[in-house]
Amino acid sequence: MSFLSLTDADRNEMLATIGVSSVDELFRDIPDGVRFQGSLDLEPPLSELELTAHLEELAARNVHTGAELSFLGAGVYDHFVPAVVDAVLQRGEFLTAYTPYQPEMSQGVLQTIFEYQTAICELTGMDVSNASGYDGTTVAADACFIAKHATGRTKVVLCEAVNPQARQVVKTYAPGFGLEVVEVPHRGGTTDPDELAAAAVDAACVIFQQPNFFGCLEPAPDLAAAAREAEALAVAHVDPVSLGVLEAPGAYGCSIAIGEGQGAGNFQSFGGPHYGFVAARSEFTRRMPGRIVGETTDTQGRRGFVLTLQTREQHIRREKATSNITTNQTLLALAGLVYLTWLGPQGLREVGEACMALAGHAKERLAAAGIEPLFPDRPTFKEFAVGLGRSAREVVRDARARGVHPGYALGRDYEGMDDALLVAVTEKRTPADVERLAEVLAEVGR
Amino acid sequence: MGAESYPDDLRYHPEHDWARIEGDTATLGITWYGQDALGELVHYEPPDVGATLTKDGAYGEVESVKAVSDLIAPLSGEVLEVNQKVVDAPETVNEDPYGDGWLIRIRIADPAEAEGLMDASAYQAHLETL
Repeated sequence: MSFLSLTDADRNEMLATIGVSSVDELFRDIPDGVRFQGSLDLEPPLSELELTAHLEELAARNVHTGAELSFLGAGVYDHFVPAVVDAVLQRGEFLTAYTPYQPEMSQGVLQTIFEYQTAICELTGMDVSNASGYDGTTVAADACFIAKHATGRTKVVLCEAVNPQARQVVKTYAPGFGLEVVEVPHRGGTTDPDELAAAAVDAACVIFQQPNFFGCLEPAPDLAAAAREAEALAVAHVDPVSLGVLEAPGAYGCSIAIGEGQGAGNFQSFGGPHYGFVAARSEFTRRMPGRIVGETTDTQGRRGFVLTLQTREQHIRREKATSNITTNQTLLALAGLVYLTWLGPQGLREVGEACMALAGHAKERLAAAGIEPLFPDRPTFKEFAVGLGRSAREVVRDARARGVHPGYALGRDYEGMDDALLVAVTEKRTPADVERLAEVLAEVGR
Repeated sequence: MGAESYPDDLRYHPEHDWARIEGDTATLGITWYGQDALGELVHYEPPDVGATLTKDGAYGEVESVKAVSDLIAPLSGEVLEVNQKVVDAPETVNEDPYGDGWLIRIRIADPAEAEGLMDASAYQAHLETL
């Protein structure tokens, strides 16, 4: 909707239709004593030409990764989004159909959701996926809810190296779910399986992240085994873009795989909206949060799609639903599906390999410039932490003044890490970009 | 589905659960009215054998194509046996709610609780009020 007419004639027609004589009359039910008297102290209205110029001036103050060099990640990544993604998303059948309230009328939307679920299951090595969740943080709370019901236990264990925002969302929902949250600190950038095993006793689930928030590769199979040993569900929070080169959670004994889908097919978009995914083994099908699309045949034997297991959703089961925090992000999940389909397994592997190679190169180049990795003996994927000689927040500020966003200041979330910077290197960065980062950090980071 | 009936040898809970008391054990299920209100059952989530039931508390779930409903314990006790036939074929409850469609067998914790349950005529009178 790019133009709405609002002439005096339009106004009068609307007023006549509802039977009032003026706009003021619409507010007559509000007693005079509490009504604002006089006129608001606002700038006079702008003409369309003036307004357009004003908005363009405001928009020009935004910066984006096409204009400035960015190594920001920390959960939201600047991966390349092929043009085919937007070409499919902008089709009217998808762009306008936010949620199918008469779902079976919308076979095309249901089919894309079914195919999305299939892609997520193949990627994570799980049996069942929902139609997507709100984002990578709410799905962590959903996983806790599944685990509580499946085990009858109320303790949930979070590794400290899980994205701080995901942990915060779990802690926000915990009191309402009747959950007790226990956090396990990292040791030199990763989680100690023995320490996790001790914390997992009597726990409903254990959530770890692979690669973790510091970019380090966790000993994921050992962490999953530590959870299973205590009969707690192992929940892996994974980066979909990493799964072309890293093992799928289903292959190392996890019960549930969750994650933020943004990196696969969605732009950073100033931090959202994005989409989360939840996939699990088949034994948890009836505990899955939100909606699920199933494949079936109609009365004439033709392939078709339906919303299934709706009796557990909040519009029917209310406070006893499997989740009361889901919306699904159909359009953004569709972007994920188009991205994964377009790349295919080989393409996803190549993206992952490119990220690893460039990030490895950046780590070496920064070390040569005197900026050392914080956890030197830990393998990393596309992101790594470095130690600076001064406050990382100040370094970020000084580097930005030089046109480079060098990364994320870990002191924002972790006590005692004020001098640590988290650097993300996607396939969009070039060796020349890395050179520029090294120059700037050598100048302002030591 | 069988015809509507409320056998005289059972005790009834207002949440549409029945108990067949035999000495210190009881067999539990849902009434004809309960299964009719839910419609065809597609899933039965039983408690574990050995689990403890508390009178008036939820001990499991049944799911039909239109609703999921908690199973309410008419008596307190310990679960001795779960009807695997209903786990495998939940529609058994619709076909035979008082026979093959029983849900669990329990050891009764407090025999006096049975006195608070309704007999068949009182339960039918209760249904009239719904």
